[in-house]
Amino acid sequence: MPSEEVTDERSNSGASAVRYEGATKRYGDSSVAAVDALTLEIPAGEICVLVGPSGCGKTTAMRMVNRTVEMSEGDILIGGESVRDRDAARLRREIGYVIQQIGLFPHRTIAQNIAAVPQLLGWKKERTEARTAELIELIGLDPELGGRYPAQLSGGQQQRVGVARALAADPLVMLMDEPFGAIDPINRERLQNEFLRLQAEIGKTVLFVTHDIDEAIKMGDRIAVMREGGKVAQYATPAEILMDPADEFVEDFVGADRALKRLALMRVADIDLWKAPLAYVGQPTAEVRAKLASPDVEVPYPLLVDSERRPLGWLSERDLRADVVPSRPDSPLGPLLDRDDVMRDALADLLQGEAQYAAVADHQGRIAGVLSVEIISEFLGSPEAKTEEHGAVERPHG
Amino acid sequence: MSLALIQAPVSASFGGAFEFIFTPQTSNVTGGKTVGGLSQVVELTLTQLEVTVLALALALVVALPAGLYFGHRGTGELVAIGLGNAGRAVPELALIALMAAVIGVGLLNLTVALAILGIPPILTNTFVGIREVDRASVDAARGIGMTEFEIVHKVEAPMALPSIFTGIRTATINIVATATIAPLAGVATLGEFILGENVYGANGVLAGAIMVALLALVLEFSLAGLQRLLTSKGLRLSAV
Amino acid sequence: MASGVLFAAAGEVGKGFIHERTSETLPCQAKPSHLFCWDWARQNIDRFGTPALQQFELVAISVAVGFAVAFALALLAHRRRWLRPPLLAGTGVLYAIPSIAFFLLLLPITGRGRETAIIALSAYTLQIIYRNVTVGLSNVPASAKDAARGMGMTERQILWRVELPLATPEIVGGLRIATVSTVAIATLAVFAHAGGLGTQIFTEANLHFPTSILIAGGIAMLMALSFDAILLTVQRFATPWRRVRAS
Ligand SMILES: Nc1ncnc2c1ncn2[C@@H]1O[C@H](COP(=O)(O)OP(=O)(O)OP(=O)(O)O)[C@@H](O)[C@H]1O
Ligand SMILES: [Mg+2]
Repeated sequence: MPSEEVTDERSNSGASAVRYEGATKRYGDSSVAAVDALTLEIPAGEICVLVGPSGCGKTTAMRMVNRTVEMSEGDILIGGESVRDRDAARLRREIGYVIQQIGLFPHRTIAQNIAAVPQLLGWKKERTEARTAELIELIGLDPELGGRYPAQLSGGQQQRVGVARALAADPLVMLMDEPFGAIDPINRERLQNEFLRLQAEIGKTVLFVTHDIDEAIKMGDRIAVMREGGKVAQYATPAEILMDPADEFVEDFVGADRALKRLALMRVADIDLWKAPLAYVGQPTAEVRAKLASPDVEVPYPLLVDSERRPLGWLSERDLRADVVPSRPDSPLGPLLDRDDVMRDALADLLQGEAQYAAVADHQGRIAGVLSVEIISEFLGSPEAKTEEHGAVERPHG
Repeated sequence: MSLALIQAPVSASFGGAFEFIFTPQTSNVTGGKTVGGLSQVVELTLTQLEVTVLALALALVVALPAGLYFGHRGTGELVAIGLGNAGRAVPELALIALMAAVIGVGLLNLTVALAILGIPPILTNTFVGIREVDRASVDAARGIGMTEFEIVHKVEAPMALPSIFTGIRTATINIVATATIAPLAGVATLGEFILGENVYGANGVLAGAIMVALLALVLEFSLAGLQRLLTSKGLRLSAV
Repeated sequence: MASGVLFAAAGEVGKGFIHERTSETLPCQAKPSHLFCWDWARQNIDRFGTPALQQFELVAISVAVGFAVAFALALLAHRRRWLRPPLLAGTGVLYAIPSIAFFLLLLPITGRGRETAIIALSAYTLQIIYRNVTVGLSNVPASAKDAARGMGMTERQILWRVELPLATPEIVGGLRIATVSTVAIATLAVFAHAGGLGTQIFTEANLHFPTSILIAGGIAMLMALSFDAILLTVQRFATPWRRVRAS
């Protein structure tokens, strides 16, 4: 099947940009458009999240790409080529498709499910098998599960398989319609992180639909906030949307806590930390007292560090009554943060540890500064918080 | 009761059969007896209807309460389902013939034999219908203080009605069909024409077949209509 | 009581039986009160061979024809939804017409014989199989079909690779009901002069001889249950994913 091999070659070329050009959908002879003249450019290799209230046309907009919904007007280009000119079935084999209901084939094993598209493309058996094994590993599934049936897997495992199946033939574009919507919050978070890690590796162009703004902020390189009738209210990066909502609709949709949401986009390193007076084991306490007395001290407690400047704990009044700094501080260190931690998580750690201050370490574990609830609340209240742009998005490491 | 070997080529026609139904005629097989005609046809049809209704009633009296009870209790699945499967495998002809040979002929025996054919589908479908009622509906009913009888009467039975009716319709089709061979058990139904070619002629046989088919279809359509009337609108909507 | 069709229907078996009966006097047979006559059964068991084979053939052919037609109709209705009500009603009528009547209604058209019986029996199976295939197809999870379409399966591939495999339990279920019922009803094929085990029941009924009725009826039930067991086994093997769920 030479033509299929050609298709196949193409799909190995990585990711393609997707461009909506006035794409419109009217169902039946309804005069109201479900999606109205949508124009949107999604750069290759980026995750674009379509977010908006229920019934606003997200699914419709997404499904026009693989033509499971046929456009009424306008066009969609993948890598500059109109989807309208393509044979629908062949087009879809180049596009990964993940849905909320997962839609695994109950009568096929996990491995057979993953192999579905390669089979349609007529891949050789060895190649399909190798690819299937590779994907099972990629999604972190026990290879033994490959011979099981979907009913024998948990919901989270099934959705991982759904993602693997969509990735099997190395598609140019991935369409994901509320892929983690039916999964409990804890597993959803894990799947989101796993997918972001995966995406960092594979760099697909992803169209991701959700009605959850938090998920949109977390997953999206860009977010298209849609409103009733399939119109785009704002198309921008998560930070822009949080800091500068285009209108009242976006502002309402993002929610009153958008400043707080911005913490999800920041890392500890993005903020000016406080300096704590440092104390070394064996150092005369008089020196430490002197540091504490200086007017520009920001933290009223000395932080005990070892010779490598790694934080050990906080010194109390009683510790300082001795002549030299003791090796065992009176109060424990409490939460220890990393400069790369996401600010939202850092705040959560602080609140959970019921600590006023948390030491922040750099990659070598050396003290980099101190974070306090006060710094965060000051930051949230400052005009800077509403204008300054931070590009950091939570990306789990390796 | 002569055993005649009918080897003659089939000479029946629909025209002849309709003539047989509407006008009495002289049998050319048994010297000059008058056969056919509307009054005889109606009489035999009514007998077949009577036998069918009696047997169906008997089957309902036995199978419906049993199905409701076991379905509600959730016990006796093996019996309820197994009986349905085994019931299908019973050859009607053998059942009637055996009954006639061993117990004897007559309306009562026939009614019992036919009812036996009707019980399995009604029992099985009632049982399954009740079991498939959403348990949440039953819990809710119990929660608002319905008695067990009220639960069956007001919740389970109405929701299981489509399934129960499927069973009743299957039973009816089986019974009315088998009532055709009732003459073997000494009850003159329309089968009289069918089994008596030497008396009624080939047209009589065909006329009997036409009437049996019509009777069965009338019963089937009546039950279908009744089912539509009885099924609650909500269930009908959700079935579409 | 008239019973004209008997011996013609029984064919050679029937004729042989007349000869036997008049030439010998069998002890059990003389006593009508005897429910089962072992002596007679032992000596005459081979007379059931041909009728049983005829019955088997009638059932196998009728169900095969019925399945082919009902399956095709169900696939047609699957694509063209508007066909569903008329097809359901049409097969319903064929199901409701009693088989004996059906055999005889065909008389002026196809005469008597095997074809007539097969037509009527297949017509009877249509509704059962049609309905089960339709139900099976409509029970396929919409999400599996959506995923199949979205990954680029053609409509035909969706049908053969997703919908029909998933509908197998219902389809085989319908086949089981149809087969078992048809075995029972095929005893009536004697009225269409198509042979079968009915020849050993109807003949004897008039003679009040239960032994033959019991043997013929017993063979029919055994045949029905064997068909059922075989189809059940086929179903188990054809749907390994269901076995797994049960465990
Ligand atoms: N097959 C269809 N036929 C007719 N109207 C449809 C169809 N599918 C969707 N619609 C209508 O189009 C509009 C957009 O639907 P769509 O499914 O795209 O919304 P959505 O944003 O994905 O909603 P949700 O968040 O609830 O999934 C809705 O008003 C819906 O009722
Ligand atoms: Mg949607």
